[in-house]
Amino acid sequence: MRFRAKIVDLACLNHFSRIINTIARLAKTCILRLTVCKLYFILSDKVANGGASMWCELSQGNFFDEFQLEGVAAEHNEIYLELVPENLSRALKTAQNAKAVKIKLTNKHCPCLRVAVELPSLSSSSRIVTHDIPVGVIPRRMWNDFREPSVPDFDVSIYLPVLKTMKSVVERMKNLSSVIVIEANLSGEMNLKIETDLVSVTTHFKDLGNPLWASEDGCQSSTQGRDLESMAEACIDIKKLQQLLAGQQVNPTKALCNIVRKRIVHFVLLHEEVSLQYFIPVIA
Amino acid sequence: MPFSAQPPASGERYALSASLDNARHLSSLLRAVHFQDHATCLATASGLRVTVEDAKCIQANAFIQAEIFQEFSVQEESVMFRISLSVLLDCLTIFGTSSVPGTSTALRMCYRGYGYPLTLFLEEGGVVTVCKINTQEPEELLDFDFCSTKVVNKIILQSEGLREAFAELDMTSEVLQITMSPDKPYFRLSTFGNAGSAHLDYPRDSDLIEAFHCNQTQTNRYKISLLKPSTKALALSCKVSIRTDAQGFLSLQYMIRNEDGQICFVEYYCCPDENITEAER
Repeated sequence: MRFRAKIVDLACLNHFSRIINTIARLAKTCILRLTVCKLYFILSDKVANGGASMWCELSQGNFFDEFQLEGVAAEHNEIYLELVPENLSRALKTAQNAKAVKIKLTNKHCPCLRVAVELPSLSSSSRIVTHDIPVGVIPRRMWNDFREPSVPDFDVSIYLPVLKTMKSVVERMKNLSSVIVIEANLSGEMNLKIETDLVSVTTHFKDLGNPLWASEDGCQSSTQGRDLESMAEACIDIKKLQQLLAGQQVNPTKALCNIVRKRIVHFVLLHEEVSLQYFIPVIA
Repeated sequence: MPFSAQPPASGERYALSASLDNARHLSSLLRAVHFQDHATCLATASGLRVTVEDAKCIQANAFIQAEIFQEFSVQEESVMFRISLSVLLDCLTIFGTSSVPGTSTALRMCYRGYGYPLTLFLEEGGVVTVCKINTQEPEELLDFDFCSTKVVNKIILQSEGLREAFAELDMTSEVLQITMSPDKPYFRLSTFGNAGSAHLDYPRDSDLIEAFHCNQTQTNRYKISLLKPSTKALALSCKVSIRTDAQGFLSLQYMIRNEDGQICFVEYYCCPDENITEAER
């Protein structure tokens, strides 16, 4: 098992850091799956996470100048590592003006991701700051636990409103309630609602647009025969929603959510080089 | 009216009904008195007064005159209710607190009367938020009985003169001592903290002092923890008037200019902690 990678471009490095920061907000611990073409950050829906799960996928070619991977075996040319993304985020904080960042899987005393940040220096020799991030190697027999979740059979799919507005509203609502109801219909309308003994607040978004999903037989999903006005609602933990929105430092190219009424909300945030899916189940 | 989802108008008689194009005109003033969770709102034909009290010795009032509102109507002589100021502020700032030039949140406020919630309609960029905040029975408010005829000493200052002093108050001191006198030191702020005493003197002829009417030497101490929240009002204001009466009760009145240049007032009243009639040097 070998893994070595290097980022030299500062813009790629900053972009990569922002992604890690977003992941760190969503998961205390997660799985990093390394393949020849892609990196995946995976959080599976264990009870410990409050049932939320995450699937984040990025093409390594968009970030790394060098990328060498030798997986656990020839037919399974992949590596699965368990790590604390906050550790990686902190290591990358020192790399804001770096000349290069090298990441390597090592096993001196225990498996680690060694992040070596080469900093600009006035003298001829570079300054290198090294962070050893402990990781757990996930054995092959457990890889099935971390498969890509399928898009749920949703009642409504809708584009999210401007994230800045949604973020402000959810942050205020978080001061007032621990749960939030998110509801939407096939006419491009979404409401965010909280209700407590003290106060009820509802924010109405209109004209959001409903994405068309291609179904398995290749036809676009039809809205014929479906009630366009009827709302599909789900009551979820407001902190999870706030963390998802707070982590979005750059506006995604596409942002949408799929609601399975009274079951789960599936958020999909697409940027040019990275896609993030986050599943928040309803509060039991 | 900037709303697409209009609140019910015909057939509904609201005890209080008001509209404001820029909700910040209200929220920034309320923040200047937000040192306790609950506030008492009094609406009369002249406008809205929001009162916050603590420890039965300090009271802050924010006044937003009817003229500030685009529409302001009160059905009876006055309407009064108690409400969570924290919740009210969260609702008024639901779209965020940063003031991006050109954007503002429009507000409509309705109150049907005793037992009903306060309903707010807020709109920004086509997005509408509706809030219903429960109200409670108003509690009796302190009456400091502070009228201009009872004023012993009065100084009007430009706020910038006091801002730094208040921001840097030695909070390890239990009290803020205020000395006002026709003789030296004229106007002195003192604290007695862990590191020692600090005195800040303002000369009578300072440019910052707009009016100086001191008839008697008075030195009074006030609990610093109670006065510290007034720093928020001071930060917003352009002028402040400091007045004391014969019992040493303190009145701080802040003149605040909002984004549109309109004038509003916030006042703080505070009971003295100890009464020292002799000047302490």
